[in-house]
Amino acid sequence: MAKKKNKKTIRLISRTALLLILAAIMIYAITSKDKVKVLAEGDTAPDFELVDLEGNKHRLSDYKGQGVFLNFWGTWCPPCKKEMPHMEDLYKDFEAKGVHILTVNVGEPKVKIELFRDDMNLSFPMLWDKNKTVMDLYNIKPLPTTFLINSEGKITKVIKQGMTEQQIYQYLESIQPK
Amino acid sequence: MSKIKCQCGHENPYGTELCEKCGRPLSEKAKKSDIVDMRYEGSSRRSQTYKSSIIDKIWNFFSSVKIGVSIIAAVLITSAIGTIFPQKFYVPATTPEGYLEYYERLYGTVGKLYYQLGFYDMYNSWWFKVLVGMLATSIIIASIDRVVPLYKSLKKQRTRRHPSFMKRQRIFGEGDVQNTEESLAKAEEKLKAMRYNVKIENGAILAEKYRFSRWGPYVNHVGLIIFISGVLLRGIPGFYVDEAMWLREGETRNIVGAPGYVLENKKFTLENYSKEEAEKVFGEALEKNGAIVKSYTTDVTLYKQNEGALPGSESLEKVEDYAINVNKPLKFDGYNVFQMDYKLDELKNMTFHLVNKSSEESLGEFTVDLSDPEKEYDLGNGSTVNMLGFYPDYDGIKDGEPYSKSPVPNNPAFIFQMNTPDKPEGEKSFVAIRQTLEVEENDYAIKFAAAETRNISGLTIRKDKTLYILLFGGLVFMIGVIQGMYWQHRRVWIQEDTKGHLLIAAHTNKNWFSLRKELDTLRETVDLPAYIDRQDPELDKPEQEGDEEIWT
Repeated sequence: MAKKKNKKTIRLISRTALLLILAAIMIYAITSKDKVKVLAEGDTAPDFELVDLEGNKHRLSDYKGQGVFLNFWGTWCPPCKKEMPHMEDLYKDFEAKGVHILTVNVGEPKVKIELFRDDMNLSFPMLWDKNKTVMDLYNIKPLPTTFLINSEGKITKVIKQGMTEQQIYQYLESIQPK
Repeated sequence: MSKIKCQCGHENPYGTELCEKCGRPLSEKAKKSDIVDMRYEGSSRRSQTYKSSIIDKIWNFFSSVKIGVSIIAAVLITSAIGTIFPQKFYVPATTPEGYLEYYERLYGTVGKLYYQLGFYDMYNSWWFKVLVGMLATSIIIASIDRVVPLYKSLKKQRTRRHPSFMKRQRIFGEGDVQNTEESLAKAEEKLKAMRYNVKIENGAILAEKYRFSRWGPYVNHVGLIIFISGVLLRGIPGFYVDEAMWLREGETRNIVGAPGYVLENKKFTLENYSKEEAEKVFGEALEKNGAIVKSYTTDVTLYKQNEGALPGSESLEKVEDYAINVNKPLKFDGYNVFQMDYKLDELKNMTFHLVNKSSEESLGEFTVDLSDPEKEYDLGNGSTVNMLGFYPDYDGIKDGEPYSKSPVPNNPAFIFQMNTPDKPEGEKSFVAIRQTLEVEENDYAIKFAAAETRNISGLTIRKDKTLYILLFGGLVFMIGVIQGMYWQHRRVWIQEDTKGHLLIAAHTNKNWFSLRKELDTLRETVDLPAYIDRQDPELDKPEQEGDEEIWT
């Protein structure tokens, strides 16, 4: 009788295991929407290296231990243009608090970016993603898209729209290292 | 759930139809039947017997062939419905509202329902995935539930069966022969010659061949499961890439879907057939169409990010130059980059003259590269032109400023500052195509002289690591089909019963005609009792009677 009971338990366990595996695969297939890995909140922000308009190299990893407000933009996009002055207003204060504003232009001509910067009197680093590599790396679809990266290098929020000054302030504050 | 004890003393699991050892019918159904049901050898299919826990109930559900067929039918019907209206891919919309509007406008309420139920993007709808998942589950469970008991009972089968088993076979014969021992010995020899595996056990023969054909359906199902797994893997990042990108001549861009690789478009060429060539090949078609394209080619250079370099860095290493042609993709690292589309004649350069308005004299010309304009153009002779504003896709004035609606140079506009020896403080001018605006009346003007264009190449990037898995799955599937279709599992039992009569019975899983032919050949040389095919007795009689006359 003991043997029979044992057999029964094995059967139950193996059947349950197989059904659970199949159910897990099915749930995975239903929930996975993207064929490429799309960055989400909680992921580690992938490192990159871009030059700014002055030719200085910036690596994301240079800012380890500090907060990074990573903003992707284009000169033709009105909401990008609208939020730039607010970012400029807050840039210096937060730089002192260990939160950096980095903007990435998605492959426009350099002169075009320079004209834009001079026109708007912007002083934060404007990185130039000439080959659109970082744009693809971060799966940028709408512009502007902003990534909030905390001092551990983790993405805490992805904002896929323009922001008000107050929102920018709150976001910058949220990634301030403690 | 007690075991069933057979008269022969063997203990069979609950639900067994025919004793595993001697073959005596055990269930009432088997006892009553004339010809016994030999499917799964009358063994106890687990799912049919234990129905205790919820897990067992789910298991039984998927184990049922009826359910399996219903799932297949559901997949077929929904797939068919999915072809009635166009799929999402062919619809010129991007937002959910856009799709809804499209289907409702064109197909009315039915179209709306079609959208709402997810038929518009069927392969990605949750219910279609559930159906395919249930199909896979059904295939796996139904196979396990059948192959295990079948394998066990075929392995366990004994040479000597009980007469009641023999009598219930479709092919059965009983009678006396002159010399039983001699008949058995001869039958053994002859059956071996017919490529049967022959087992002997004191006065009983079991001859069996092509048992492997019984595994055909299960091999086939394994193939299907491999195939479905391959399709499933496509959803995991890294296994399957199908992307598209536009690449302008002169542009260098990260390859979409292929991280770490950068592609430069050196030139796109569209070549038409020359008149003579085309006349020969196409004749009339040329008259109809005017021109026929001979080739689409993109000359590219592939770069790879250096080992250890970060994405975005300039640390690139040239891999190769290549001319991408239709059906001749650029291949690297499992990727294929195909020539797919093109756009001709996008503005590339614009050349302007700086002219004195009154004398119409030119102070020199300069060329603006629209993808990489400069801040200052020195015309020599002390004149320069500064770029104060550049609007590649000018779309009017917004909030007091010129506005560019995209970064594509469809309608370039500029604000230039003209510095001339006459006017060293400079004059400003807004220049757009067929339009010049001045704040104050200027002495100098910028006049458009010429433009150069460039082409854009549409490329598709593909990678499919699952292709070989799909092929392998298909191959296994076919092996299973062939295995099950082209061979038949045949068994012949010959034994002497307790009264000294000789019994003969035979079974095959298909193609009874060939089995009978083999038995007839056997009976040509071996003295064996005549048999009848009890399912098809009419068919046998003439031959058999003839045989009787010869042999008795």
